[in-house]
Amino acid sequence: MTHPGSAPRADGPEPQDTRRDDPSPARPVLAITGLDVHYGLRRRRRKVLHDVTLSVAPGETVGIVGETGSGKSTLARAVLGLVRASAGTVTVAGEDVTGHSEAKWRRLRRRGTVQYVFQDPLRSLDPDLTVADSLAEPLLLRGVPRGEALARIRPLLERVRLPGELLDRLPGEISGGQRQRVAVARALVTEPELVILDEPVSALDSANRVQVLQILKELRTTGVAIVLISHDLGSVAGIADRIAVLYRGELVETGTARDVIRRPRHPYTRLLVSSAPTLHTAPADRAERAALRAALTT
Amino acid sequence: MTALSEKRSQQRSQQQSQQQSEQQPGHLNASARAGSSPGRTDAAGGSDRSAAEAAAATGPDGTAPGPEAPVLSVRDLRITDRAGDREIVHGVGFELTPGKAVGIVGESGSGKTLTCRAALGILPPHVEVSGGSVHIAGTDIADLTPRQWTALRGSTVSAVFQDPASYLNPSIRVGAQIAEVVRVKTGRGRREARRRGLDLLRAVHLRDPELVYSQYPFELSGGMLQRVLIAAAIAAGPRVLIADEATTALDVTVQAEILDLLADLREQTGLALVVVSHDLAVIAQVCDEVLVMRQGEVVEHGPTAQVLHDPRHEYTRLLVAEHEQYGLDRFRAPEEETR
Repeated sequence: MTHPGSAPRADGPEPQDTRRDDPSPARPVLAITGLDVHYGLRRRRRKVLHDVTLSVAPGETVGIVGETGSGKSTLARAVLGLVRASAGTVTVAGEDVTGHSEAKWRRLRRRGTVQYVFQDPLRSLDPDLTVADSLAEPLLLRGVPRGEALARIRPLLERVRLPGELLDRLPGEISGGQRQRVAVARALVTEPELVILDEPVSALDSANRVQVLQILKELRTTGVAIVLISHDLGSVAGIADRIAVLYRGELVETGTARDVIRRPRHPYTRLLVSSAPTLHTAPADRAERAALRAALTT
Repeated sequence: MTALSEKRSQQRSQQQSQQQSEQQPGHLNASARAGSSPGRTDAAGGSDRSAAEAAAATGPDGTAPGPEAPVLSVRDLRITDRAGDREIVHGVGFELTPGKAVGIVGESGSGKTLTCRAALGILPPHVEVSGGSVHIAGTDIADLTPRQWTALRGSTVSAVFQDPASYLNPSIRVGAQIAEVVRVKTGRGRREARRRGLDLLRAVHLRDPELVYSQYPFELSGGMLQRVLIAAAIAAGPRVLIADEATTALDVTVQAEILDLLADLREQTGLALVVVSHDLAVIAQVCDEVLVMRQGEVVEHGPTAQVLHDPRHEYTRLLVAEHEQYGLDRFRAPEEETR
């Protein structure tokens, strides 16, 4: 079965039913149906997302992969109510948020059901707040006493493998990798059902990347659903259950990570798989990539 | 390199050669020390062997290299920051023959960029070669005058770096900047330079060379700019191209396009490559030989296949594990065939 939002596939040698879709019958934590988003006005109006349909089951990890300008971040922003949909619906934890007013959005965000982690943690952490204050803030806003809030953030720090002494530091006083882990911990404070991470490891070096990916992998056991946005198929391949490929504003392919990587169908997905740097590349790949590039430009 | 950056690096190399002549005694001391270098671990076998081969091929005076003699030979290179009086690169060595590619992988601050800059004669102020040697096409760079450096850069050794936009003048059309390199470096007239410039843009697989030629840098994407920079870098037919994190800021598909282009140039023109990256897989894609650097030391050095298959150093293992555990490699491994 193909996903409703994906383009019709050419018949490959594989039977279609090897693709498992929406594995859980439970209420999806995120359901996007026929989503269109436009930017600009009148003559400058252009479509950045077209007919995107995607659902994320509780506890599932979904990778959204696409090149610069493919609409990945816009998709995340539409889920968070930061950009308006011009068609289609977005349902978060059973609540249709498509036409929400600002006030309703604020209420939803304060509940912390959905959390967002940016690529650059320096921009998402308040530079004047210590790590402890940043982590405790969402709990204090809810009226949790300070002592209890501080007690509750300790295990989160352990989960992202940061030592307790970092609690008194400012974001500027810790390394980039540590900051990104603080941002992940902060996203978990409100016990969200869904965490969206936009390019969480792109700015990190190998050692920190491995560590953050490992932490995200472990998070799956806590039952939180994760949407991982990246331009690099390689950095989502190891932890995503399903991968959705966004190309020029459309989801061109959705399937299990294994199927998308081993049997990519859309030419763009094939180019993406073939382009991902791997340790063991065949020289024949170069000719294949050249052919795919030519096919995509015509 | 554009004429501007050429001028800048010329100034730098003047400073550098002055510093070097002041530093002669230190230079000698460091060379003497180099013999009993404790720095290298697993790498020692491979690089020492190749250094010996190179010495045999080049001859002790470093002149008259044969056709397969190394175009770039780095021997036990040591680089010192005089401001802090500490050595930051502790003995790097490799040989590069025409049509070959060597990769340097390491985290930021590991000394991979300084090694490249030493080979281009563009070390930052206060930083200088304090031991070992670099030979470019048989010439020891320690003896080069600024004028000789200028003649060497672009026509024998050339480079592209991470952020292509910062190496182009934003207010001059791309074509004029490439034509300038062609005119300065090869002494052609304006019309000839334009023709050659267009050929170069075609050679780096830009789809509409005529259009790109007349565009300003801001009108081009990062991948296109990097191709323009590569076009400028190969304008004078260099024998060595150093690509220092040249694809790091690009999307994965564009990165593959640039790496494929480098591989094409290598096959078609015999260009030798030094590819610097923090990503081992990028190097695996292009290079026959790899050096793994950490904190100024080469912790592992050997044929790429061997380093990937049997990584000895803990840091190399981490780089391999990143791909094998979290990347696409685990889906491509043969044992995955059975579901």
